[in-house]
Amino acid sequence: MENAAIENQSFAGADVQNSRGKRQLVSSIMTTLTAACAVFAIFLLLAILGYIAVRGVASLNLQFLIDTPKPVGEGGGIGNAIVGSLMMTGLASLIGLPIGVAAGVYLAEYGNNWFGKIVRFVADTMTGIPSIIVGIFVFTLFVLPMGRQSGLAGSLALAIIMIPIVARTTEEMIRLVPNSMREGALALGAPNWRVTWDIVLPAAKSGIATGAMLAIARVSGETAPLLFTALNSRFYNFYYDQPMASLTVQIYNYATGPFEVEWRMAWAATLILMLLILAINIAVRYLTRKRF
Amino acid sequence: MTPLSQLDSSVKTAENFEEKKPGKTAKPAVIKISVADLNFFYGKTQALHNIALEIPEREVMAFIGPSGCGKSTFLRTLNRMNDTIPGARVEGSVKIDAKNIYAPGTDVVNLRRKVGMVFQKSNPFPKSIFDNVAYGIRINQMARNKADLNERVEKALTDSALWDEVKDRMKASAFGLSGGQQQRLCIARALAVEPEVVLMDEPASALDPIATQKIEELIVELKKNYTIVIVTHNMQQASRVSDKTAFFLLGKLIEVNSTRRMFTNPDQRLTEDYITGRFG
Repeated sequence: MENAAIENQSFAGADVQNSRGKRQLVSSIMTTLTAACAVFAIFLLLAILGYIAVRGVASLNLQFLIDTPKPVGEGGGIGNAIVGSLMMTGLASLIGLPIGVAAGVYLAEYGNNWFGKIVRFVADTMTGIPSIIVGIFVFTLFVLPMGRQSGLAGSLALAIIMIPIVARTTEEMIRLVPNSMREGALALGAPNWRVTWDIVLPAAKSGIATGAMLAIARVSGETAPLLFTALNSRFYNFYYDQPMASLTVQIYNYATGPFEVEWRMAWAATLILMLLILAINIAVRYLTRKRF
Repeated sequence: MTPLSQLDSSVKTAENFEEKKPGKTAKPAVIKISVADLNFFYGKTQALHNIALEIPEREVMAFIGPSGCGKSTFLRTLNRMNDTIPGARVEGSVKIDAKNIYAPGTDVVNLRRKVGMVFQKSNPFPKSIFDNVAYGIRINQMARNKADLNERVEKALTDSALWDEVKDRMKASAFGLSGGQQQRLCIARALAVEPEVVLMDEPASALDPIATQKIEELIVELKKNYTIVIVTHNMQQASRVSDKTAFFLLGKLIEVNSTRRMFTNPDQRLTEDYITGRFG
């Protein structure tokens, strides 16, 4: 704004004076408005994060991170929930990311036909489906036949949520790779699959990683699909065929409990969940940083 | 009044001309590429009309013509690069070493190995300098071992006059090179797979005069071993580097002639009008 004012001083025409004044006024009003909105958005985010940090830190200690839930008054912690969340998010990523990335590659490189259109439409619809429906779906098709809730069922539900997100972001990112790069490789006698594997995927790597990260962050925060599928557990469980605890379900249980000590533990667990997502974010960014 | 006198601003051009001619007429030319009745369509739009042309081995042929005249499209039919464009269709034949590359069952991947291409905008891969040149060698499994691979990379970079500038930073990103160096890297990459024909689509149009001169010297050098087809908007460039020139207009091939004749006394009125700058 100041720059504009300085530049304008070099013009001295009287007839443009009026319109210039009006223009500067509009410009400053709009700039102030958009800046105010930006500050508001950031403020909300920081307020939430700050509040969680302040409330959470109070109940945070090493014992809390290691212990399993105990009856009210005897302490207890979220150790098993952290392990469960990591295990389920991990397995969901192992299932969901490769399928999602591969589907995205197909859509971008070979999907300009009726089949691609259908897949794209279904993927878009799936990203909009409430996650509890995915939970019910997995419950009906997997948990009921198996006879019990399990970490595997929870992972499956999370993977189903991840796939369309990853597929669509991968597609978008691959479309951003300039065609000249593909042609360069084709002109050397590279078959299509090698062009995709050697040239296109590495070029789109950081974008695909960002999409993967968003998907991981999204499912790390999911509660609804885990309620029916992984259920919960009061113990450390390292087996995928058993019900498994998760941070989000544990937070839900603590937060809906009748005692204040439980609410405090919910805040602390929320803080841990937030830090976990942040750590995953930073790790993925570091691993896929641009080297060339 | 010859068009050449207008174009010929540098002494170097004139020298090239004198050097080039004498040996030329004596050498019987082997036809490398032979095009007959070639029509090309983008969907319903016909971009090329009945092109017939012969390109001799180990010579440089330049394609000139105004923007949109089909010269790039034609160039890209020679290694079937247009196959990747949806709705593109080709009629007629393009024979390379007497084999029609549009015959059913043609191995396009093999064809493109034989007919390399350098693009208008340099398009290095997001890899190191070494890996850019090594890529084609690797996918075509041409190197016997690591030492052989290094040797081939060095040779390609030497042939494209880039080796001395990059030999100390082979592991650095190709994007760190200057525009001219990137283009020579792309030439090195194309040469590394030992093609027989090199197609160049305005290879110097985005480069400064010094880089352009390097590329042009390189083209004249490469002619010893490769058949080269170059699309250019720069008629001085065509006159400097090529043995034969083809003039395209509105998807039709108007004239093919020796470059010397083309720029001094062309057969067609249209060619003369274009070269002297009356249109285009």
